[in-house]
Amino acid sequence: MVTVLPDAKLLAGGQSLGPMLNFRYLMPENIIDLNHVEDLQGIQQDQDNTIHIGSMTRQYQIQKDPLLTKELPILSDALQWVGHYATRNRGTLGGSLAHLDPAAELPGICALLDAELSVQSKLGVRRISIHDWPKGFMQADLNENEILTSISLRPWPEPHGACFLELSRRHGDFAIAGVACLISLDDNDRVRRFAASVIGVANCPVRLRQAEKSLPGERYSESLAIALSQEINLLEAPADAHHSGDFRKRTAKTLLQRAIQQACADAAKKRSLT
Amino acid sequence: MTTLHRVSLTINGKIYEAEVEARITLADFIRHVCGLTGTHVGCEHGVCGACTIQLDGRAVRSCTIYAVQADGVFLKTVEGLQGSDGSLHPVQQAFSDCDGLQCGFCTPGMQMTIAAFLEENPSPTEREVRELISGNICRCTGYQGIVRAALQAAQAIRESKTHGRP
Repeated sequence: MVTVLPDAKLLAGGQSLGPMLNFRYLMPENIIDLNHVEDLQGIQQDQDNTIHIGSMTRQYQIQKDPLLTKELPILSDALQWVGHYATRNRGTLGGSLAHLDPAAELPGICALLDAELSVQSKLGVRRISIHDWPKGFMQADLNENEILTSISLRPWPEPHGACFLELSRRHGDFAIAGVACLISLDDNDRVRRFAASVIGVANCPVRLRQAEKSLPGERYSESLAIALSQEINLLEAPADAHHSGDFRKRTAKTLLQRAIQQACADAAKKRSLT
Repeated sequence: MTTLHRVSLTINGKIYEAEVEARITLADFIRHVCGLTGTHVGCEHGVCGACTIQLDGRAVRSCTIYAVQADGVFLKTVEGLQGSDGSLHPVQQAFSDCDGLQCGFCTPGMQMTIAAFLEENPSPTEREVRELISGNICRCTGYQGIVRAALQAAQAIRESKTHGRP
């Protein structure tokens, strides 16, 4: 159908496309509803521990899933911030990734975890790194004849701490800025591995590669966290009616400093449990 | 050219059937085709929560679902919240007791959201209740009465469960 129908738009959970259609922002000739495609739903773990989530798996299912809350707790932490109770009951992971709002939480978490996306067309399956997925502002690397089918996430093998923080005007609103961190520690409280992503401060989620290189080998300190957060100054943050780009960056820096501290504390706790 | 699609679904235990255009939202279907005007339509883009209903037991916005998508599903709207004997649902009773409404426009959406959530979690904290109703906009009450009502309803539901009543 995707290949045959002209000007067709795929409808996932409808929590973003629905409003756009209601506003007549978009007026496609055809809508293809994916809600009854069972093959696009579900959560599975394969032998090398990679977790595959069907693109039409609903956000509430991911939030409550026992495997995911154990293996990827950062995902359910972030999902608390995604929309509202009633929108998570419909909204899907794949829909959020295809919509690619710059302030959306789920693309940020997928970027943090180096997700691999599977995209299918009549020609076959194409696998794309989440880092190549955004092609511009709210534009995913998805052709008109393709469907995003599943998202593969690889949990960190070692015990690690996680923290997701966000600031928005009202719980469930679009984030002014948000940060996600994963940290593992060695036996001397030195950071072994660190990953951080930021949402709301650029066209798409951003990984803080400099900070990720600088922190390993060091022990946490407040001054170090402040120094690392300066990388956010380099981003070109968008402004809107409520918040300037500079305010978004300042917010993201403060959140990152707190998230590094909390993820380190969480990492120390997780390490003591093993 | 407009194609009509056959939709058959159950609302509050009663079957409704109609032929509708694909663009008709479920909220409009419930109100205009089925005549159940307890479900309110506010923003029509999934922000205000006034149109929240229960679809197969889960709270959803009926303005961002199309009626054609709901073929074969079971819905509950605010008209189906009370007991079969006409007694108020604990959430409805608590709204009345705690002044959880003034103008009443947001009330059906609030109650359908809270009632579904309490099925999942009958012991919410005040913070959880506040996060829950962050998706429902009320412009009269200031929310305090609604939060009190949700917590009172939760207690009533817990007590009725321990006393073995439905």
